[in-house]
Amino acid sequence: MTSNQPIIETQNLSIWYGEKKAVNSVSMKLFKNRVSAIIGPSGCGKSTVLRMLNRMNDFIEVLRHEGKILINGQDIYNKKLDPVDLRRKVGMVFQRPNPFPKSIYKNIIWGPKVNGLKYEPDFLVEDSLKKAALWDEVKDRLHSSALALSGGQQQRLCIARTIAMNPEVILMDEPCSALDPRATSKIEELITTLRDEYTIAIVTHNMQQASRISDVTHFFYEGELIETGLTESLFTKPTEKRTEDYITGRFG
Amino acid sequence: MKNDSTSKFIDRSFECILLICVAVSVLTSASVIALLGKESISFFTEVSLSDFLFGTRWEPLLEPKRFGVLPLVAGTLFIVFGSVLIALPAGLLVAVYLSEYSPKRLREVLKPIIEVLAGVPTVVYGFFALSFVTPTLKAVFPTTEIFNALSGAVVVGIMILPMISSLCDDAFKAIPNSLREGGYAVGATKYEMVTRILIPASGVRIGAALILAVSRAIGETMAVTLAAGATPKLFVNPLESIQTMTAYIVQVSLGDTPAGGIEYQTCFAVGTLLFLMTLTLNIFGAKLMKRMPVGLSS
Amino acid sequence: MTRQRKQKLFHGLCFFMTTLTVVILAVLLTHVVMEGIEWISFEFLDRFPSRKPHKAGIKSALFGTLWVISLTAFFAVPIGVATAVYLQEYAPKNRIMEWVRINIANLAGMPSIIYGLLGLAIFVRFFGFERSILSGSLTLALLIVPIIIIASEGALKSVPNSLREAAYAMGARKWQVVIFQVLPSALPGIMTGIILAISRSVGETAPLIITGALGYVAFTPESISDPYTVLPVQIYNWAARPQVEFHGLAAAGIVVLLTVLLSMNLLAVIIRNKSQKTRTS
Repeated sequence: MTSNQPIIETQNLSIWYGEKKAVNSVSMKLFKNRVSAIIGPSGCGKSTVLRMLNRMNDFIEVLRHEGKILINGQDIYNKKLDPVDLRRKVGMVFQRPNPFPKSIYKNIIWGPKVNGLKYEPDFLVEDSLKKAALWDEVKDRLHSSALALSGGQQQRLCIARTIAMNPEVILMDEPCSALDPRATSKIEELITTLRDEYTIAIVTHNMQQASRISDVTHFFYEGELIETGLTESLFTKPTEKRTEDYITGRFG
Repeated sequence: MKNDSTSKFIDRSFECILLICVAVSVLTSASVIALLGKESISFFTEVSLSDFLFGTRWEPLLEPKRFGVLPLVAGTLFIVFGSVLIALPAGLLVAVYLSEYSPKRLREVLKPIIEVLAGVPTVVYGFFALSFVTPTLKAVFPTTEIFNALSGAVVVGIMILPMISSLCDDAFKAIPNSLREGGYAVGATKYEMVTRILIPASGVRIGAALILAVSRAIGETMAVTLAAGATPKLFVNPLESIQTMTAYIVQVSLGDTPAGGIEYQTCFAVGTLLFLMTLTLNIFGAKLMKRMPVGLSS
Repeated sequence: MTRQRKQKLFHGLCFFMTTLTVVILAVLLTHVVMEGIEWISFEFLDRFPSRKPHKAGIKSALFGTLWVISLTAFFAVPIGVATAVYLQEYAPKNRIMEWVRINIANLAGMPSIIYGLLGLAIFVRFFGFERSILSGSLTLALLIVPIIIIASEGALKSVPNSLREAAYAMGARKWQVVIFQVLPSALPGIMTGIILAISRSVGETAPLIITGALGYVAFTPESISDPYTVLPVQIYNWAARPQVEFHGLAAAGIVVLLTVLLSMNLLAVIIRNKSQKTRTS
């Protein structure tokens, strides 16, 4: 636990889909080099909040928000800020693995390439795949299609692809929900090794997963942030009744 | 990052280029309307609208010139009714067979074959009418002329059949299985299910298919030009030569008419009428097509 | 009649009608081939039209068709695909765009002869391109643009949103997402649509007659400002003559035309199947 300065902070963030309010006044802090889990029953607004953090919600026309989101103290919805710059710093891994329909190699270098970054491709590919614990499995077929990989491998490729951009933050939106238990445990292992270099926010509906891999847990319920705490204490001694009900499986 | 400003510039220019391409379609429609409007206005300064719409003789190339469009409309309507009379029942039955009776694998073979009929160029249907359908008709009705309305209607019917069957097939597919099962559950045979549940429930969309097919038949040109002749007639005898609106435009185009002359303008006047008829039908048909099947609207 | 017999009869009727439709297609094709077979030869493809049926050939029409479809595709494909990209990837959801869509749907349903009148007034007379390949191609391009738009929009719509999200999340700009990810994924569908649209223009007759394709051309065109004829116009010209020999020529021309169309459709099917294979593997 290195710093007390939050890398990401939301201030009274409320979000509407059309007329429907999906998120109500959420103030949340994510700290550097920690894994923060965001948990809660489905439809509680956790994914919506996560997707605000790298402005992936810009593409949903009916969505509207109030409140501020600061990254390193900077308002990311400031008109002068280019969302593309933001997404270079804040990468994202999605619910379903979505590698590009290209070779493994091209998947890794696509981001740096379109962003005009300077890179040495062979080294970048090897380094990113190693960090994503995928290198040994694919080093002999870097130029074959990424779609031929298994679901778990595809998801680790998506993580490798994100790492290749060297972001500060990696957002993960239920990255294991489409995977089997073995693939899931590999990704979980990977996440714990990534914490040293990156700040990670992971949305999950799987409480065991949150308790295994995260340092801090945020519990969302019906669009509100109910409770935040160190993972250990939140799961053992929740202060809120609703948190307790949820983690003991009384609903959700 | 140095490349970034270039990338941003491309981002903006790309959208602009795309938007210019969109403008082409809008401009096309605008020019059609402007052109037909302009030429019609100069036509109607010389010929009164009521003479055009209600006159019973179309002799614009003879002296004295007469500009009653009704004979051309009558020719077109005969082709429309004749072809629909053939294609609607046939297309509907084909659609029922494809969607309700045929085994899946047979259906996968039959659908593309029937679509081939829709892809055959209309001039080929014209030739077929002239060299096959008309001689066949003549064998049955010896008074059949070389150019005759019936032959034109038959081939246009064949042409629009695939359109009707494929639109009806789509309509049937949109009916949920639960509705069919409901029918079977009360002991209906397939025939009863189709005629009392399926067809009534898809009624609106079958109507839409019909309207779009009518629009297609009205605009059909080469088959009727070749098959049905060039004799405008108010009272159509199916076995005799007629002329449709489209065939008239082709007839004038094949001659050497000077621009700006009244013959040249007749094409645009007839074209305007044709445009308005098909546009109305297309808009109406598209509106109906979007409606949900009866009883399933939310 | 019992209910069961009614049902059987109806089933039979539906089956009969479907079979009849297929039979009609077969009759049409056999009839054309039978009429045309004795006229088809290598010389037929290599000779110019003639007043004497036995010396007539289809060379100028074949070349004219190649010129016209190449130029038509050159104009129509970029405009059609770009419009589809704008509508599918960029267009805001507002009334103007709704109106543009309706407008395109109506253009797709407009009779081809109206396009002919438009081409006559604009390209032949107003721009003074005369009865040239250019006039005919521009006219056909306007005619197939809406078809290409509608087909391409469908192909773009079927590209999963997750691909766009993945690209954006990598810091790509919109043009990069569209050009490097979305378009390549939609390409097989777009290609199929383009081929079908072009094959539609291969068979179009009326707009070209109106914009001045000629019935008798005894040379192959050398530039886009040359007069020309195309296969369907040549076929029409032969079919419209009273002499039976010319009907034979028309049939032979149709066989050539249908062969061209069939190979184009086959190409479309091959592209579709190939893309389905790569997608599932």
